[in-house]
Amino acid sequence: MITVYVPCDSAALSIGADEVAMAIECEAALLGLEIDLVRNGTRGMLWLEPLVEVATPAGRIGYGPVRPEAVADLIAAGLLDGADHELNLGVVDELPWMRDQQRLCLARVGITDPLSPEDYVANGGNAGLRRALSMPPADVIAEVTESGLRGRGGAGFPAGIKWKTVADTEDDLKFVCCNADEGDSGTFADRIVMEGDPFSLLEGMTIAGYAVGASEGYIYLRSEYPDAAATTGQAIETAREQGWLGDDVLGSGFKFDIHLRLGGGAYICGEETSMLESLEGKRGMVRAKPPIPAITGLFGRPTVVNNVLTLTSVGAILADGGQGYAALGLDRSRGTQVFQLAGNIKHGGVFESAFGISLEKLVNEYGGGTLSGRPLRTVQVGGPLGQYIPADGLDIPTDYEAFAAAGAMLGHGGIVVFDDTVNMASMARFAMEFCVAESCGKCTPCRVGSVRGVETIDKIVAGVDRDRNLTLLNDLCDLMVDGSLCAMGGLTPNPVRSALQHFPEDFSTLEAGQ
Amino acid sequence: MTIQTTTDLQEVVEAVVREHRDERGPLLVVLQDIQRRMGHLDPDVVPLVASALNLSRADVHGVVTFYHDFHEAPRGAVTIKLCRAEACQSMGAEAVVAEVKDLLGIGIAETAADGSVSLDQVFCLGNCALGPAAQINGRLYGRVDRDTILDVLRSDLQGETLSEAP
Ligand SMILES: Cc1cc2nc3c(=O)[nH]c(=O)nc-3n(C[C@H](O)[C@H](O)[C@H](O)COP(=O)(O)O)c2cc1C
Ligand code: SF4
Ligand code: FES
Repeated sequence: MITVYVPCDSAALSIGADEVAMAIECEAALLGLEIDLVRNGTRGMLWLEPLVEVATPAGRIGYGPVRPEAVADLIAAGLLDGADHELNLGVVDELPWMRDQQRLCLARVGITDPLSPEDYVANGGNAGLRRALSMPPADVIAEVTESGLRGRGGAGFPAGIKWKTVADTEDDLKFVCCNADEGDSGTFADRIVMEGDPFSLLEGMTIAGYAVGASEGYIYLRSEYPDAAATTGQAIETAREQGWLGDDVLGSGFKFDIHLRLGGGAYICGEETSMLESLEGKRGMVRAKPPIPAITGLFGRPTVVNNVLTLTSVGAILADGGQGYAALGLDRSRGTQVFQLAGNIKHGGVFESAFGISLEKLVNEYGGGTLSGRPLRTVQVGGPLGQYIPADGLDIPTDYEAFAAAGAMLGHGGIVVFDDTVNMASMARFAMEFCVAESCGKCTPCRVGSVRGVETIDKIVAGVDRDRNLTLLNDLCDLMVDGSLCAMGGLTPNPVRSALQHFPEDFSTLEAGQ
Repeated sequence: MTIQTTTDLQEVVEAVVREHRDERGPLLVVLQDIQRRMGHLDPDVVPLVASALNLSRADVHGVVTFYHDFHEAPRGAVTIKLCRAEACQSMGAEAVVAEVKDLLGIGIAETAADGSVSLDQVFCLGNCALGPAAQINGRLYGRVDRDTILDVLRSDLQGETLSEAP
């Protein structure tokens, strides 16, 4: 039987993958051909979605982007045999975009049926968990520490140190919380992993639970991701049935279960203490630190809080050893990062590579520059709180410290490209507007400062008392940096100031109404 | 649409609270579940939930008002969420927002008078490589413009009339 793959990833669905899958089934039935249609995750080349693949002796051959209307013609032309066609991309694994990656977090994404436990195990799934369970918990933590793994949620805190703190804090109840709030614009890697290989997240959380002595895990997933919620929820059920979760994980006697919780549409709930408040069922008000969540976390108990990609990396680290992982990367940024190419970009998607690859290469070589074909003007990295980097400043190695030194922020690895039609005063204003909408309201510099920020930028572009208002905007930014409890208020000045610094000409006139 | 009476509400609240009784910190989950069943959170829900969970009304009200997802008024048959975050802006999201507002004759966070459509803004739907993105009744769309939104709207409203704003 011929195996055909059509992704079920929501980005692929957003441009018609379900319709393509249906058309393929109908067409095959009409022709009396028996096919095995697998709904895989995405390969990450989102500009090629819906990407249809067919298994051949030479490998999986891809066609894309496929419109539902084109299916009949494609099948008549021999798609099911991997025949030539203008949409034929060749063997997918041999495309430069695929070949040049080091896929650890994404190892199975796009390859397997995300919800098939057989596929998972056949492709290396649970190897890390099995090995971890055969080791003393302290050795598991030592291995994670040795790997150099740092949190992928943005702050880059060493995972091993966090785990050790939780392990060393005595309590009869501890938690592992996965931060799947992924609120940053330009980021979607967490979503792609959860929709494409959800068991790997569960595996990473279970390893974390074993290492620190926790018995319960929570995934805090943003409500904007209903497809990821459905897939992850089903994966949890299946994992329980398989004995991968529950009272006796993989027959080891270790007890661990995971619960899925949805957010309420609040960006601030991605901040870890706000997330914990929300998991407790409360308003997502940021907590002052200390106490740190590792000691006083969910319901006051010792809690590991890690991002989705941090936790999925753990499975690979335990499977293949911390040393091998640490051999990848640059300086203090070890292992791989899943970069997300987004915005006005020709080739958008996820690209997993060892740290160190330059931003320039990601954007211009793999990303292919702007989709509009117009000159690239700026790139925002690290989400809405990240700086705008001008087109001539992209030659930065992707490394936490190198980015910091260049006055930028790597964050969760989201890279958003803008062409020359962008108005940077609008983007600066939007950064303040976003802070107004999403501030938790606890501190005045963030809650009120952002409102003043919007007004002040409006005055500047309207030409009202320009110099005085520019000074005021700067003072406001200082105040937000110095007087905010968390990075929401503290980093909002990043996009504002970088826009002002690199694109001052945009702050003189702005079309009325913008 | 049926008008929910207070007794209906009470039954729903009791059923939902019973279902989530054993979960830790259940308030948010309970409110989400009630809204899923009722379409919105009527202000009458607050005292009912407060007494069922042994919390103060202020606690419950505080949570309802904190989260963008909760709605205290009935919603349209179709909810359109348009992404206005940076990656979608780089692909012209602001123009789409303006056109859809014009098309529907309503603003962000408003519901059409005939109850057909609610329009919301959202900051990122995780479809940032295929922007502008929208979510319509929970389904994700990429590379949207005014016309694709109108097409989806027409098919989602099936038969119900959609009055275009002049
Ligand atoms: C405003 C704000 C939003 C954040 N949003 C997220 C998020 O969506 N996902 C995430 O993993 N971390 C987010 N973080 C970072 C978390 O606070 C925390 O550092 C992270 O979850 C720790 O996990 P890690 O060490 O694995 O990165 C956010 C932080 C701030 C200040
Ligand atoms: S900086 Fe803003 S979001 Fe952070 S705690 Fe203060 S008010 Fe809340
Ligand atoms: S910015 Fe619009 S989907 Fe992410």
